[in-house]
Amino acid sequence: MSLNEFRGRPVVLAFYPADWSPVCGDQMALYNEMLDEFQEFQAELLGISVDGAWCHSAFAKQNKLHFPLLADFEPKGAVARTYGVYDEKDGVCERALFVINTAGIIHWRYVSPIGVNPGANGILSALEDLKAKSETIGAAK
Amino acid sequence: MTKSLTLPDAERDHVSGSANGSIKLLEYGDYECPFCADAQPVVKEIQRRLGDDLLFAFRHFPLANIHPHSEHAAEAAEAAGAQANFWGMHHLLFENQSALEDKDLAAYAGELGLDATRLIREVASTAYARRIREDFRDGVRAGVNGTPTLFINGERYDGARDLKHLLNALTAM
Repeated sequence: MSLNEFRGRPVVLAFYPADWSPVCGDQMALYNEMLDEFQEFQAELLGISVDGAWCHSAFAKQNKLHFPLLADFEPKGAVARTYGVYDEKDGVCERALFVINTAGIIHWRYVSPIGVNPGANGILSALEDLKAKSETIGAAK
Repeated sequence: MTKSLTLPDAERDHVSGSANGSIKLLEYGDYECPFCADAQPVVKEIQRRLGDDLLFAFRHFPLANIHPHSEHAAEAAEAAGAQANFWGMHHLLFENQSALEDKDLAAYAGELGLDATRLIREVASTAYARRIREDFRDGVRAGVNGTPTLFINGERYDGARDLKHLLNALTAM
């Protein structure tokens, strides 16, 4: 999967340390309830951790997740490194959120303390901001 | 729309206690969440101790994918509210968290002396879905990241939810 596939739509990229760890369970469960809100911005939500595809599949099934989980598994953490959110010491992704605009450029990023579920308010504000900017540009044309 | 994302709104919310109470406690919760059920007797005891000094409000934050009964339970509380007994249903739902099928909701309505047929009809047609969703969205914007999330006088409380700590936090302000 490549982010290019989503060009033209905003992407919410949620890096998290691991499937099954308690906080991310909550965090992904929360985002899973917000797909309609993200959809209002035509935004695509993607979760990503260093867990493998089968682990993701079991985690998604258990929590009835309705959005894709990407495996940053081989080479391990390559995507997280590209975004500057790989925790070398523990060998996991940091708990980091990115909102990427329709042109594929990072519009907003937030790195949360690893044990703290950052919620979704920041993501919604970033999506609103993106929408307002694109409407301003649209109106100026 | 609520007036404040983090303070009880006596005109809109289901509130308990005194509107003039100087201490304001707002909970975003889910009837099928075990941590919310654990918090319920603590909140009840706090209400008993603080009496008219406290204004308590509850807003819905159902995580429906992991808690498949949470939405109907929230609907049942709202439907009971429409028959003037939100809090009766609220307590029964938390006290009977492992029995939240529609037939159970109907039984609780009967126990409370409500019109169970009307309640179940409203639950089945998700009559209060908009309001429940509004609570949920407000919660997200307020920074709710899981359940229960408590706000004391408009500030998120992230401390322990046992009686001692919570009471300390409430009376320290």
